[in-house]
Amino acid sequence: MSSKTAIATATNEPSPSGATGPREHALSKILATAALVVAAIYFLVPIWWLAVASSKSLGNLVTTNGLWFSQPFQLFSNVSDLFSYQGGIYLRWLLNSVGYAVLGAAFGTLFATMTGYALAKYSFRGRELIFNTILGGVLVPATALALPLFLMFSQVGLVNTYLAVFLPSLVSPFGVYLARIYAAASVPEPLLEAARLDGSSEFRAFFVIALRLMTPALVTIFLFQFVVIWNNFFLPLVMLSDDKLFPITLGLYTWNSAVQQAPELRLYVIVGSLVSILPLLIAFLGLQRFWQSGLSAGSVK
Amino acid sequence: MTTASAAEVAELPAVQPGQREPTKHKGAIVGFLAPFMVLFIIFYVFPVLYALYQSFFKIQRVGTFGVATTVFGGFDQYRRIIVSSEFWASIGRVLLLFVVQVPIMLGLALVLALLLDSTLTRGKKFFRLAIFAPYAVPGVIAAIMWGFLYIPSLSPFSLTESVDFLGSGLVLWSIANVITWVFCGYNMLIIFSSLQAIPQEIFEAARTDGAGQLRIAWSIKIPIVFPAIIMTFVFSIIGTLQLFNEPQVFRTITNSVSSTYTPNMVVYSTSLVPNYNLSAAYSVALAIATFILSFVFLKVTQKRAFA
Repeated sequence: MSSKTAIATATNEPSPSGATGPREHALSKILATAALVVAAIYFLVPIWWLAVASSKSLGNLVTTNGLWFSQPFQLFSNVSDLFSYQGGIYLRWLLNSVGYAVLGAAFGTLFATMTGYALAKYSFRGRELIFNTILGGVLVPATALALPLFLMFSQVGLVNTYLAVFLPSLVSPFGVYLARIYAAASVPEPLLEAARLDGSSEFRAFFVIALRLMTPALVTIFLFQFVVIWNNFFLPLVMLSDDKLFPITLGLYTWNSAVQQAPELRLYVIVGSLVSILPLLIAFLGLQRFWQSGLSAGSVK
Repeated sequence: MTTASAAEVAELPAVQPGQREPTKHKGAIVGFLAPFMVLFIIFYVFPVLYALYQSFFKIQRVGTFGVATTVFGGFDQYRRIIVSSEFWASIGRVLLLFVVQVPIMLGLALVLALLLDSTLTRGKKFFRLAIFAPYAVPGVIAAIMWGFLYIPSLSPFSLTESVDFLGSGLVLWSIANVITWVFCGYNMLIIFSSLQAIPQEIFEAARTDGAGQLRIAWSIKIPIVFPAIIMTFVFSIIGTLQLFNEPQVFRTITNSVSSTYTPNMVVYSTSLVPNYNLSAAYSVALAIATFILSFVFLKVTQKRAFA
């Protein structure tokens, strides 16, 4: 590291390679690139292994090199076996997760944005108290809520239903925090005044003007709430006993726990894990333009 | 609670108080706040109060087979917590993890963010997405996957034949590796976004003075993004204290992880007994510990963070 400093600071004379931007010594560039390559390998190899393993037969999982494909290549038959195993329960889990996450994140984002917008754009008594209480909610361990929720839900007969997992996931305190910062920064007051002069109601001004200006924040809140719900494990574990209601995480967990009794499950756990991470990877890649600008807005202090 | 978050509010000059009269648009304000606040009160505030309430009761039986009745127990459950060696062992474990794993993960995230923000490399978009990709893998799935990579018969790495990653000595660090793998990219991205927001002109003077990338990073970039680093630290405190998914999954592949390995696993296994009152008391103790740690951390770093 210290040698790198010396090199980096000593490079003040023009170097031929740096046509644009500041000139750096070639060694610094090599070291930086090497560090990033090592990091990329660390972060990607497990996913690569998962993809390769998903294409193998159960026997080849143990006997062949885990980081490269082997004959027969049976990714597609593995996937179709996965979807037909135990009467197609895997597809059900996948759809459950999609349902919990898409609906929960959509409504959760809308509610959080409305609240964040109101906290940013109106002044009223108790505003900071409300905001601080919501921020306090960020610090409450989500798992510390699950057990009292279980006791509450068992009194109203909601345990072991879709709603038991869906309803609590609608609340995103961190979403309110992001929405407030973003609304303050990106929705100009004069624009709202103009809308009011045109006779627009407050709600119309929000839904027609503010929401559009806050699109990057909306995508960011939606995606991160989506991830939270998609990753949700403790709440479904506590709430659900009927495996037809399981999200994908809980489903794969129960399969993984039963590998000793049913060895063929090992392959289904691997293929099922691969299939389950694809929707999120695709969502993140497809929407990165939005969430990256939303994230930077959230971190500008 | 309010004080801890007040510290966070202090770092938000972007939030300007509106210029409106207090009573204007009352209906609209209520309309905007109502959906979230109703849900927040039912699913956040009330469960916390309910757990608190539950923790002050206990089950009493007349004789061994007598009818169980719930009676007020005062601080009885909390007395049991104080002498519970399992609970304190689990707290010690996550604190050890916090002291070792979090600095490593965030240090790595900071270095990677600085590298991606520097002018030193090409292909930054690829590297950024590669480092962030594991965040799309749920903790449970990541633990299952790494579990396979740790098992000698399945792992592509021959190292697993000589080193027992799932033995009682190393399993905590094997879990730490899974957490680092999943969350490093997320933290990197938060710090990176903050770096990207720094206006380029700030560096011009430093460059003219002959400062290299490393000097600029150390003296200019890191101080500016310090609040973002603090934020990732606070999230990591919360995440580490409520660790559950990864060790729970590891229980299915190794005996080295007990049913009371982390505080949340203590809460869960106590609720399976079932002893809801004690379990509620554990939840409350854990929530208070989280508040205190986050609060102390924000206090200690405040001077540097907001200087």
